[in-house]
Amino acid sequence: MDCQLDIFFLEAVLNGLLLAGLFALLALGLNLIFGVIDVVWICYAELVMVGMYGIYFAHKEGAPFLLAAVIGIVLIALAGMALHYFVIRPVLDSAPINQLLVTGGMLFVLQAAATMAFGIEFKNIGIRLGSYNVFDMSFSYARIVTFAVAIGAMVLLWAFLQRTYIGIAIRAIAQDRQIMPLMGVDQRRVYIVTSAIGGGLAGLAAALMVLQFDIYPQIGLQFGPLIFMICVLGGLGNMIGGFIAALIIAQFIAVGGSCFATEWGYAIAFLFFMVVIFIRPQGLFGGKS
Amino acid sequence: MRIPKTALIGVPILLLVPLAVRLAFPEAEKYYLHLLIQILIWSFIYTGWSLMGRFGLTSFGHGAFTGIGAYVTVLLWNYAGLTPWLGIPVAVVVAVVVALLVGYPCFHLRIVGHYFALLTLALTEFVRLCIVGLRDYTGGSLGTQPRRFGDGISLYALQFEPDRVLSYYIALLLWAVGLYIWWRVDRSMDRYALNAASQDEDAAASVGINVTREKLKIIAISAAMCAVGGAIYAQYQMYIGPDTITGLGVSLNIVFAVVAGGMWVMLGPTVGAVFTQVLSEVLRVSIQGSATMQSIFGQGALALDTMIYGLLLILFIIYMPKGILGTLLEWREKKRPARGDSGNLRNRLAL
Repeated sequence: MDCQLDIFFLEAVLNGLLLAGLFALLALGLNLIFGVIDVVWICYAELVMVGMYGIYFAHKEGAPFLLAAVIGIVLIALAGMALHYFVIRPVLDSAPINQLLVTGGMLFVLQAAATMAFGIEFKNIGIRLGSYNVFDMSFSYARIVTFAVAIGAMVLLWAFLQRTYIGIAIRAIAQDRQIMPLMGVDQRRVYIVTSAIGGGLAGLAAALMVLQFDIYPQIGLQFGPLIFMICVLGGLGNMIGGFIAALIIAQFIAVGGSCFATEWGYAIAFLFFMVVIFIRPQGLFGGKS
Repeated sequence: MRIPKTALIGVPILLLVPLAVRLAFPEAEKYYLHLLIQILIWSFIYTGWSLMGRFGLTSFGHGAFTGIGAYVTVLLWNYAGLTPWLGIPVAVVVAVVVALLVGYPCFHLRIVGHYFALLTLALTEFVRLCIVGLRDYTGGSLGTQPRRFGDGISLYALQFEPDRVLSYYIALLLWAVGLYIWWRVDRSMDRYALNAASQDEDAAASVGINVTREKLKIIAISAAMCAVGGAIYAQYQMYIGPDTITGLGVSLNIVFAVVAGGMWVMLGPTVGAVFTQVLSEVLRVSIQGSATMQSIFGQGALALDTMIYGLLLILFIIYMPKGILGTLLEWREKKRPARGDSGNLRNRLAL
């Protein structure tokens, strides 16, 4: 329990680094939606949970893991589009807080639906990738893969936003919501595409998480609030900032968790978040507010 | 006082409710009184939240204040033997200090909307994690119980749970105090100041309103009410757990109930409490009585009420943002002959 600068401390730091990959990937999709549509999907982590169940059942029905993962990604991308179309769109023009509340309602719906359909038992997909041992330290391959995929997803998303027409339109809308429709950009289409990409990223995160965690209906509450913190800390819509914020938060959790108890790692992370927002309301790496 | 007639009829009815329950349901008297007590205590907490919510300060963190109220009171009683008569004031002070510590930078830096909601969400998670982390004292995620004093009914220990009729009157008194506070705020200059600030902070500041101070006042009152509500809830339930009195789930429940009932009218939070409590009880009883639901969904069937909550929350926000009572009052207003704008506004804002 005590904190010493030994090999276990180094292991915690490195595991925190790998955990940051997962957090960064989770924050990526939310950040995109936050930045472009200016809506926070409070139920984002619950979409990931649904994706995890989808992949679990696809795999159980005989699909090889990679196919199951693709099914999960497509499923959640569609779910993201449906969420935007049926729930967000009707309240786009009302007070910002209403958008938060409808997705809060969605959180209840998804969690309860999962409880009713799949029960409260913990489920495990049963794929073990083993771990890489060096010196006295051990790192699970699932985490290493997650980290690599997260970096890959960031680069791909960046390239998409830089190089394609729709990507440029997305960035333009994020900068000025009023002017772009006048320039002939179909705002509704951009929002739907953004929601699909955000959902797809949630599905991708789900595919990586089933390798590491047991699945249960409340898993979203475990890390959902953390992802919001990371997005806000990194600065709204700032993806590099989100990545660095994920690194910081993950270190608090990994090192705090190994020195004290898991809750204290989380508690310190939330406290850090509040203090930073009071000092820099625009986030650590946000530009002008 | 604009509602003496309502009060003249309403107060005796509310006082006679235990008698009516005894006559109507002699078999299940305790159960129905329990339901009413729950509704009244939660109404008080919801009213506390609505004091902020109605001015656009949507907090996702009031679970933190109910949690502080409940845990500080119970821990002081269990470990220091301090009577809740002193414990509750201490808990209120702690909750208000936390509220001001978070509120001052928020209001000073003009953190509003999404950011305010996410920041208060962080606060409620922080408080929940601290409670779980201090498991040697708080019992962690399993929760804890106030130490029973004598036969469980005591003025000194503020314990009244075995006597449901007494509990009902205590809860009723609490609820009435909540409405009185709401009424006082509604009749104060602060309300006009906060209304102005919620519309346009710069304009409000330019006519001499100290926006930060007004907001701090209201968050202090709101947090204090939630802390008292949480403490009384603990004294009545004789059990507290991180998931029943604090955390994100409780915070979202508070928000939902008030939105459902109506944020801008006096009895809106109460209607919200009646609606949510009755809905979840009816669903619970009908699920437990139905063999088909049990066989299809097993234990999961109990999540049905949460699912219906969620769906209703979405529908309410999209189609009925004024809530049940707010919408009803608006309809009544439309049927009446028009009396000019100021009269309408008065009726919409006050009951």
